[in-house]
Amino acid sequence: MSIPTVINAAGRAVPTEINGKPAIPFRGIGKYRPSGNKYGPPIPSCIDFPPDGNKVVATLEEALLRCGLRDGMTISTHHHLRDGDLISNSIFRIASLLGVKDLVWLPSASFPCNDPVIQYLEDGTINRIEGSMNGPLGRFVSEGRMRGTAVLRSHGGRVQAIQDGEVRIDIAVLVAPSADSFGNAKGTGGSSACGVLGYAKTDAMYADKVIVVTDNLIDVPCLPMEIEGNYVDCVVVVDKIGIPEKIVSGTTQITKSPDRLLIAELTAAFLEKSGILKDGVRMQAGAGGTSLAIGVFIHEILRKKGWKSKFGFGGSTKYMVEMLEQGQMEYILDAQAFDLESVASIEKNSGHVPYPVFNAYNFHSKGNLTSMMDIMILGATEVDLNFNGNVVTHSDGYLLHGIGGWQNCLHARNVILPLPLFRDRIPVIVDQVTTLCGPGELIDVIVTERGIAINPLRQDLIESVRNSGLPITTIEKLKLEAERICGKPSLPRFEDKIVAAIKWVDGTVIDTVRQIKK
Amino acid sequence: MDKSCATTGNSGPKVRSDCQITLSLKNEGGISIELKSKVETLYGDSVRSLCLKMLRCLGIENAHLEVVDSGALPFVIMARLEAAVKKLTGTGMKFLPDFPEDNMYSTARDRFRFSRLYLPGNTPSLMINAGLHSADGIILDLEDSVAPEKKDEARILVRNALRQLDFRSAEKMVRINQGERGMNDLDSVIPQNVNLVLIPKCESPENVREVANHIREITAGSGLAYPVYLMPIIESALGVELAFDIARADESVVAMAVGLEDLTADMGVRRTREGNETLYARTRIVNAAKAAGIQPIDSVFPDVADMEGLRNNVAVSKALGFEGMGCIHPRQVALIRQGFAPEPEEIEKSKKIVRAYEAALSKGLGVVALGSKMIDPPVVNRAMRSIDLAVRLGLIDSEWRNESSDEIQQTS
Repeated sequence: MSIPTVINAAGRAVPTEINGKPAIPFRGIGKYRPSGNKYGPPIPSCIDFPPDGNKVVATLEEALLRCGLRDGMTISTHHHLRDGDLISNSIFRIASLLGVKDLVWLPSASFPCNDPVIQYLEDGTINRIEGSMNGPLGRFVSEGRMRGTAVLRSHGGRVQAIQDGEVRIDIAVLVAPSADSFGNAKGTGGSSACGVLGYAKTDAMYADKVIVVTDNLIDVPCLPMEIEGNYVDCVVVVDKIGIPEKIVSGTTQITKSPDRLLIAELTAAFLEKSGILKDGVRMQAGAGGTSLAIGVFIHEILRKKGWKSKFGFGGSTKYMVEMLEQGQMEYILDAQAFDLESVASIEKNSGHVPYPVFNAYNFHSKGNLTSMMDIMILGATEVDLNFNGNVVTHSDGYLLHGIGGWQNCLHARNVILPLPLFRDRIPVIVDQVTTLCGPGELIDVIVTERGIAINPLRQDLIESVRNSGLPITTIEKLKLEAERICGKPSLPRFEDKIVAAIKWVDGTVIDTVRQIKK
Repeated sequence: MDKSCATTGNSGPKVRSDCQITLSLKNEGGISIELKSKVETLYGDSVRSLCLKMLRCLGIENAHLEVVDSGALPFVIMARLEAAVKKLTGTGMKFLPDFPEDNMYSTARDRFRFSRLYLPGNTPSLMINAGLHSADGIILDLEDSVAPEKKDEARILVRNALRQLDFRSAEKMVRINQGERGMNDLDSVIPQNVNLVLIPKCESPENVREVANHIREITAGSGLAYPVYLMPIIESALGVELAFDIARADESVVAMAVGLEDLTADMGVRRTREGNETLYARTRIVNAAKAAGIQPIDSVFPDVADMEGLRNNVAVSKALGFEGMGCIHPRQVALIRQGFAPEPEEIEKSKKIVRAYEAALSKGLGVVALGSKMIDPPVVNRAMRSIDLAVRLGLIDSEWRNESSDEIQQTS
């Protein structure tokens, strides 16, 4: 039985119903306006909680049972422990042993350490994942083996969906490097420090039940209270919540690849010569090797010119911390720390401020923080001739990445994608993206090692770098060059079955991923 | 060893843009292909049909072919498969990739050779983007960077790379092997529009003449019209003593390089960062090259991570009279180009000389003078080259003549 689809405003066939719930097709950027009220969880009362504030229960299983774990519930988790997370899988192991079925897992992202949940997808404990998938998990879903349909959302889209009641979290399991017995929690301290709990705040506010799991129980009050205990039902103390060396990379490294360095150098030169980089600039870049290198080049330019960035959004890295400490950046507003230097910086630098950026990414809120940013450096697996971007599938059609904050960040004033023209033999610039994640209207510049293409919608940028000596070209020429070198690629073939829906930042469906044809 | 089975190329978790081919000849059953490719969805069919077409062309009718593909470009797959067939049948037949016209160009005898980037001749992933790093020359190395058992397949890979890859006007250089193997290298690469051949461990003028004559035989036989220059590399005490004779051994010699790793080994001394142990050799080579009217080129700086060390090395090199050095990593290119580039005072002086020369020309004067000083033609040439270089390095605008200048003086 196939679900009826309609063609949305981006020209993609999308379903009007996902997992038995109605879905709104993408209507265009800024075209869908929500109505109604925000979702509210049931009203609790303190009379149901111990007057001494001690909410500690013996085991995670007991906590889950107290929170009423049963078939069909939605369980949320967060990825601030990244690949070192030891708790998410155990939730489903417990559920499986208890014979609970058809759970919905709502992670803010999954990592390779979460691959063991495949067995719980297979045995029916989990019906579906609404969140990012990569590696074997992505392959499992792409091959049509998950019962329900995956729903992929951006970080801001996840907040939007929770706030709007599109997803109702029955139990949020919130892993905290430090917490007290009342449930106040933070991302620092203990042996599993991750820096910030940026993803978890929304879940604490909107989930029906909240469990805090920690391996570092400290006396009340746990300060700062990133998560306030008033939202928390139970606290569980375990031996270990995570594997420290997999939580933060010991240290992030700029790329050593000469080709990526060249792309980074060109990107920085573009930002300088176009005038986008200026005193007071607001900027954000990721923690990938190329982005880090761009940050280093930008730092040099700021220093040379005597300029200062007003603030940068983290994902923080030691390279951002260097800008802060050397006076080329005033504030780091930080949702997640990528390396140990950043974790340390949060504790020692007053300008390095934990900030739930992902709330600010929420499209259904009073203003859009990302649209205030001057420079946004992002990646993509593919970009097409209309500047549309794909971040969730590879050109072979397999789900391999989550959306992260990517869609939210597209609203910045200048969105720059530094990309290799091809990866091994796989062209990055293609006729049409395999999966549409971001409309081309929002993507301004593609910087490759073989030239820079500017979106024709940005005549101002095209004008700004005329006679700059930069290798400015067109997206069509880049595509032809990629094909000249790599050959014209065949396209992946798909079955009709929709294995994943891709949500836009406003909760509408922008595209789908279909099952790979074997 | 099984004579009916051959393996070429590379595979493994760290290998990219390459493939490993195992070809087994059979007596019957036609051709079967087993492909394991990272890019199966996008290029699986095209890899299979390329292999099939090649095998037929090379006269193979019954065989089993295994390809482990890590995203190899077609010219790489072609090289690997041709090498496998050649190993088994000894065929002299080639399967050449296209040679786009843009990739065919000649270079000038006196062009700048500040930076020449070494690329191991059997590692395709390092070749594909090599042209993007603005090195003056690209060296596809068949000698020390290629393991002895891989020499034959590297030669085919380098041949294909010379045809297919766009090195963006970098001078296309090949470092050949010594002796007989080097002659075979020439047979394979010279017809592919090589601009310059590096002769390793050169110890006598005869080494140079042997290469020069062999190149002439190849070009004469095939009616090739482009010049092929030579750069002997001096890597032994004997070579140092004969440097001047080597430098003028043949008119196609345009530069002479020194290889300090082998030289220090030959002399039984340890190579130091300061390089005092090779000071004599280096200055002697500079002098010999200058005396012969060719460019002296310094050795590579081996520590990629030590940029400060490289900067010092370049400064010393330039001061000794070297006009370039080798690069073992693209990251070294910019610093080396910058280091050998004309300094601001030199550029300003060159501008004045060129202005004076052009003013004299426009007035039909045979003599150029700047202030009270007469300027010889080589000085004018040198100034023009400095200006040309400064423009190419982006140090001055190509329209520099439009800048105001109040310092032009001229005698009549």
